[in-house]
Amino acid sequence: MNKEETVQSVYSVKNFNLWYGNTQALKDISIEIPEKQVVAIIGPSGCGKSTFIKTLNRMVELVPTVKMKGSIHYNNEDIFKSNAKVEALRTEVGMVFQKPNPFPKSIYDNVAYGPRIHGIKDKKTLDEVVERGLKGAALWEEVKDRLSENAFGLSGGQQQRLCIARALAVEPEVILMDEPTSALDPLSTAKIEDLIHELKKDYSIIIVTHNMQQAARISDKTAFFLNGEIIEFGPTEKMYSKPDDKRTDDYISGKFG
Amino acid sequence: MKNKVVVPDEKQISRRITKNKLAQGIFFLATLFGMVVLATLIIRIFSQGIGYLNIDFLTNYASRRPEDAGIKAALLGTIWVMSITIPVSLILGVGTSIYLEEYAPKNKFTRFIELNLANLAGVPSVVFGLLGLTVFVRLLGMGRSILAGGLTMSLLILPVIVVASKEAIRSIPQEQYEAAYAMGATKWQIIRTVVLPAATPGILTGAILSLSRGVGETASLLMIGAMTFIAYTPTSILDSFTILPIQIFSWASRPQAEFQAVAAAGSIVLLIILILMNSLAIVIRNKYSKRY
Amino acid sequence: MKSTIRDRIQQNQSKQSYQNKIETIMPMLFLLMASLSILVTAGIIFTLFRETIYFFSQVPFIDFITGTEWYPFFANNPSYGILPLLSGTFTIAAIAMAVAVPFGLAAAIYLSEYASDRRRKVLKPILEVLAGVPTVVYGLFALTFVTPLLQTFMPSLPIFNALSPGIVVGIMIIPQVASLSQEAMNAVPQSMRDGALALGATRLEVALKIVIPGSLSGIISSLVLGLSRAIGETMIVATAAGSTPNLGFTPTESIQTMTAYIVQVSLGDATFGSTIYYSIYAVGMTLFLFTLIMNLFANHISRKYREVY
Repeated sequence: MNKEETVQSVYSVKNFNLWYGNTQALKDISIEIPEKQVVAIIGPSGCGKSTFIKTLNRMVELVPTVKMKGSIHYNNEDIFKSNAKVEALRTEVGMVFQKPNPFPKSIYDNVAYGPRIHGIKDKKTLDEVVERGLKGAALWEEVKDRLSENAFGLSGGQQQRLCIARALAVEPEVILMDEPTSALDPLSTAKIEDLIHELKKDYSIIIVTHNMQQAARISDKTAFFLNGEIIEFGPTEKMYSKPDDKRTDDYISGKFG
Repeated sequence: MKNKVVVPDEKQISRRITKNKLAQGIFFLATLFGMVVLATLIIRIFSQGIGYLNIDFLTNYASRRPEDAGIKAALLGTIWVMSITIPVSLILGVGTSIYLEEYAPKNKFTRFIELNLANLAGVPSVVFGLLGLTVFVRLLGMGRSILAGGLTMSLLILPVIVVASKEAIRSIPQEQYEAAYAMGATKWQIIRTVVLPAATPGILTGAILSLSRGVGETASLLMIGAMTFIAYTPTSILDSFTILPIQIFSWASRPQAEFQAVAAAGSIVLLIILILMNSLAIVIRNKYSKRY
Repeated sequence: MKSTIRDRIQQNQSKQSYQNKIETIMPMLFLLMASLSILVTAGIIFTLFRETIYFFSQVPFIDFITGTEWYPFFANNPSYGILPLLSGTFTIAAIAMAVAVPFGLAAAIYLSEYASDRRRKVLKPILEVLAGVPTVVYGLFALTFVTPLLQTFMPSLPIFNALSPGIVVGIMIIPQVASLSQEAMNAVPQSMRDGALALGATRLEVALKIVIPGSLSGIISSLVLGLSRAIGETMIVATAAGSTPNLGFTPTESIQTMTAYIVQVSLGDATFGSTIYYSIYAVGMTLFLFTLIMNLFANHISRKYREVY
């Protein structure tokens, strides 16, 4: 019975429940998130997929009324254990949001933000980090001559890649993406999708998406959320060809959502 | 054909429309009334005081003879008092608003602070003057000094600065906080690197407007005893002083029309200072307003 | 290659005791600053209370609140009845409200219900400049322009009277009444206006029958705040209303308000420790209580209306 898993889990979630006040948003979630793969989370709006991804870096705790039960382990460490530092977790787990949210600072300062707040100050290292981050986010060629310009002057797609670069700068292990292309045009979306393909060589990526075609294009595994529960979780091809659950099939074939 | 219950009555309708038009005209004129008064006031003060307004007026001390009277001591006094009020009220005001917007739990104590600030904003300035007189001048032994005046004025405009700073902080979008939290920033790092830089223009605008209220403030500093005849330049914050609006008041309360004209000349200088401060605030606001 | 930054960050994170200290000190520092505002209120109440108590050890409380004569400067047999100062204060306040209520509310209705966005953006800031004019300049204006102007219609009007400063105080608070009332009117949902307009109501009917009833508590709150400002206004009355404490409500006579009395004493040489010196605290306390009650009341009702929609 010693069935060794071939892929390591980066996150291990067991019987996790979450409430906003008295409304239960997540019900008995159990899921193993594999390392260095792209996991897509799909489901209709209000199904808890955003809440779930924000739980993984404990951003959900910014909502004052939130209550939680169950366990989440990141690299075999309980993320809720009393001496766990939420700042340390968030340094190892980067996040990209629905709407690009660069700071009203220069492009350089945006990417250098993370290293700086974590105490890295010398110019030479920061220069390297900024260049590496922007290259990693496939933005370097477009902005290398105007690093000191305000980030708000970039286009929406460029801003979102800047936000990815900002997340990459502290060299995280996991990148959480909460509908990162929902505010972008198709061309910028395609660029970000290409980028995700590149990034999964080095990072574990968890992406929430509204767009089922996108999930099919970029993910290795897909989880289908409905009303705060995981209905089905498996390899993406299987989910899209012959899902086990009728509701998954209905959602993917567009009967509701 | 069925009978309609409501038959449009052309006469009644046109009467109602006329009434509406008439009311609109009256409301508009009432709105203009304030502006007409403002224009009258400005024209009146200028025509009354312009004759006394020259370089000597700015560089002379107050005098028994209206043609020699000047506002040097008052102008310097205002600057000295402001040099205490600006840092004290800004630090306390911004600190308070950071606490209320960023740290304060939603409990009774927080609500109490908010209510208390709202009420302080409505306390008449003479009452602040009584506080300053008792606590700063007497209890803490500062005497009728610039220091006592500056501190009294700081407390007076504190509620206004708090309101302005809170608004500036609240206008920062939630996404900015999320971005910083997701990078692993701590609360204080977020305040230092995200909140304060983004809120600074708003805080500055509000602070300048509050300070311009302070520049025109008279009653509270009268209580401190700033109506002394000053014919020297202050050299320390413990010197006695007078300020521009009090100098104006002291001239205005003389029976001679000449001194009232001198008071008007002082008012022109005061109004120009206020216009400059307000313009600065508007420039800052316009320069930084369209950002998110 | 991938380890360098991560390692350095982790090293930094493991020795962050300095950072931890800042994270605990800063909130306490800010809490301290926020609490100072409470200390200010406490200071006001404490100083007023202490000196007022002392005043009442020299002048009986009952004489103070029921006395009809205020002659503190009489060397022998001074009298400290606050009623003349109260009647002076309320004469000014009544005249001021008679100016500020119609003009302030009409401006609020115009700005909220009739003016186009562009026109409002021009008119409102100009109106607010009125609130920014220093009160000492208003005082000079009342004394040297409004009073002579009134004298051309009323030749018997004395130089110092309640009417002129009362009118000017009213003008000063028009912007406050207008902008707070307009905000309250704005809070009435557009859908309610649209509903009435679609039935064929005119804008005037919408304003009078929908908007004003719907924002009544906000409007009342703005009026109470305006009244509280009028009662606390000092420099205009000190400059133009004279210093004759008179019981009664005759706008054409010289009067004295509570604020003007406090100023008068602080200008003179009332010796520290004399009854006159302590009397300004008793008057200040009365003034403070009046404005406090009004502010609390205004706060209370305006918070109530915010919850309606």
